[in-house]
Amino acid sequence: MKYIKFFIIGILFGIVMSKAEIISWYRIYEMFKFQSFHMYGIIGSAVMLGMISMFFFRKKLVKTFEGNEIHVKPKKLGMYRNLLGGILFGLGWALAGACPGPMFVLVGKGVVSILVVIFGATLGAFLYGLSKDKIPH
Amino acid sequence: MEFITQPWAWYVAGPVIALIMFLLFYFGERFGMSSNLETFCSIGGAGKFVDYFKIDWKQNKWNLIFVAGSIVGGFIASYWLSPSDAVMLNPQTVQDLADIGIANAGQTYLPDEIFSIDTMLSIKGFFILLIAGIMVGFGARWAGGCTSGHAIVGLSNLELPSLISVIGFFIGGLVMTWLILPLIF
Repeated sequence: MKYIKFFIIGILFGIVMSKAEIISWYRIYEMFKFQSFHMYGIIGSAVMLGMISMFFFRKKLVKTFEGNEIHVKPKKLGMYRNLLGGILFGLGWALAGACPGPMFVLVGKGVVSILVVIFGATLGAFLYGLSKDKIPH
Repeated sequence: MEFITQPWAWYVAGPVIALIMFLLFYFGERFGMSSNLETFCSIGGAGKFVDYFKIDWKQNKWNLIFVAGSIVGGFIASYWLSPSDAVMLNPQTVQDLADIGIANAGQTYLPDEIFSIDTMLSIKGFFILLIAGIMVGFGARWAGGCTSGHAIVGLSNLELPSLISVIGFFIGGLVMTWLILPLIF
């Protein structure tokens, strides 16, 4: 039962991704063409409000439901890792029109072909694990 | 009800995404979708080949449940909350897509030239989907996160690795959209 909350938050995520058309390939295309404010507004307003959340976490004004302090662990820094990994991700994002979240939401929409993309993404993660000691970070 | 069934504006979607991030932190976890791809590898037995995948994936179970919820959410939104599948696009976007070989942009939710069953079953179409997926999966794990982990959580937390990664996302996305997509279709 302790997992039911994540299921419900996931449903909310799937609904907002669908209803705001974030999972539409066209919205990603027009974003990279700078022809609509839609995606910039979404990411921008989420980040603005996210910064306010982080402020509350850092000041310990908000704790987890179990009363623990919320520490947001910084991600690993590496010029090659972040930049080259980011570029590769961006190439795939603009081609598939979907990043890892929307891929799953599209399954719920009944898009069969997205399963090939999810298989590819899982294969990509596996290939990263296989080659991670040989590529620059 | 019309408020729900029409497409949601950015100023509704952005705050809802921020709320989702907040709730996940509140429940002791961290918003990040691409780590599920590694969990799939671990469950699938990738740990036999690479130590990197020898993790106790059960600690990521909450995220798999979140994924299951997002699939159900996509189903609910598509089948019960969306009377139309059309996407209202800038006429310039529709024209640009027609010029590179993607017809009738916006009349359906996704372009048939990439996502129809016929396209998926063609050799070229299958490899486009597969390669796009591989780049997303490899790139996300190399960069240490995707749009959720870096662009939403990382930027909110003012992290340099996330800023560099998001700049990378945009370089890759712009190169694909402006230079490579016109050559594919």
